[in-house]
Amino acid sequence: MLNTATYISASSFLGAALAIGFGAIGAAVGEGYAAGLANQALSFRPEKSGDVLKNMLVGQAIAESAAIFALVVAILLLFSTPQPKTVLIAWAAIGAGLSMGLSAIGSGVGAGLPAGSACVGIVRQPQNANKVLTTMLIGSAVCQTPAIFGMVIAFLLLFLDFSNMPVYPGWAALLGAGLATGLAAGGPGVGNGLTSREAVTGVARNPETGTETNRVMLIGLSVGQSTAIYGFLISLLLVFTGLEKSTSLSDSFRLLGAGLSSGFGGIGPGVGLGVVAAYACKWVARRPEATGILTRTMLVGMAVTESTSIYALIVALLLVIVF
Amino acid sequence: MNIAGPDFIKGLAFLGAGIAMGLGAIGPGVGEGFAAGKACEAIGRKPEEAGLLTRTMLVGQAVSESTGIYSLVVALLLLFVV
Repeated sequence: MLNTATYISASSFLGAALAIGFGAIGAAVGEGYAAGLANQALSFRPEKSGDVLKNMLVGQAIAESAAIFALVVAILLLFSTPQPKTVLIAWAAIGAGLSMGLSAIGSGVGAGLPAGSACVGIVRQPQNANKVLTTMLIGSAVCQTPAIFGMVIAFLLLFLDFSNMPVYPGWAALLGAGLATGLAAGGPGVGNGLTSREAVTGVARNPETGTETNRVMLIGLSVGQSTAIYGFLISLLLVFTGLEKSTSLSDSFRLLGAGLSSGFGGIGPGVGLGVVAAYACKWVARRPEATGILTRTMLVGMAVTESTSIYALIVALLLVIVF
Repeated sequence: MNIAGPDFIKGLAFLGAGIAMGLGAIGPGVGEGFAAGKACEAIGRKPEEAGLLTRTMLVGQAVSESTGIYSLVVALLLLFVV
């Protein structure tokens, strides 16, 4: 018969593998994209290799941070030896791994996209390299937000004391909390990357409209985060709601279902919101006199795109609170 | 964990509601975003046609919303009827 301590250390190893396994995907793809476009840019103008290399490395370093968060969580999971007070620590370890690993995918891919387009932009218009770099840094940094949500949930799951939580249905709440933030963060990470890629390209083409482009990009990025915030909200509810002890299957599965609903539900709208803002940024840069109508259309389009993630949030809230 | 028949059905119905709504939200989210994005592009090209383009965007989004609403209906049926 396995005891609680065995379960906890086995699950911590599984959680560490999930964290760094999933977490390594996104950053690698994003950095590869940046390096590819850097090469493409250098084929136009090889004499700019110094600037392009510097820009590529800065962008890749930001994309790398999502994977570094995942590495930190994986190492914490490998080497922490918690007191085996409750078997829930084992479930929290798996939840933490899923939350961190899955959320790093989108952020890693997303942060690489503006880095790549900045390399091309610098080569096209070398005199505007500073403006391009500024927009790239803002965009890439905001792309990391979903991964930070995932890291916060992972730390909560690792360091909170669950000894007062009932094992049934607590296991499902902790697993669901990891899945909700982890999955939901994938969409906004990629979406923010698409938005900032077009904004960087726009600033590189028309630096004189950089102020308008940056403003629309920031509006787009912040609205684009919303689905990750819904997932984060459901995770916090799952972790902090006082649960009644209940050994029935339906009480466990409703909490797991809430995590899956808000988690998966955040992916599609997250990407979609990013696409809307990407096209808006692209055209604000080309035609700044239409900024007003473009921003309005962008916000209307985003509100409609958002709707399915709100349905998913409602189903999740029903499952957590009402049933 | 003692599992009785009705409890098992209720449990899987809850799980199914979460999966139905979660996965069902992916497609419409991407699709509606693409529609709105292209509408922004078209308004950028021809700002004077903004009214027509916004109307077309909303009609297109309403149609791509439909599968998301099917998922919502199925999820609510699983929650309240089963």
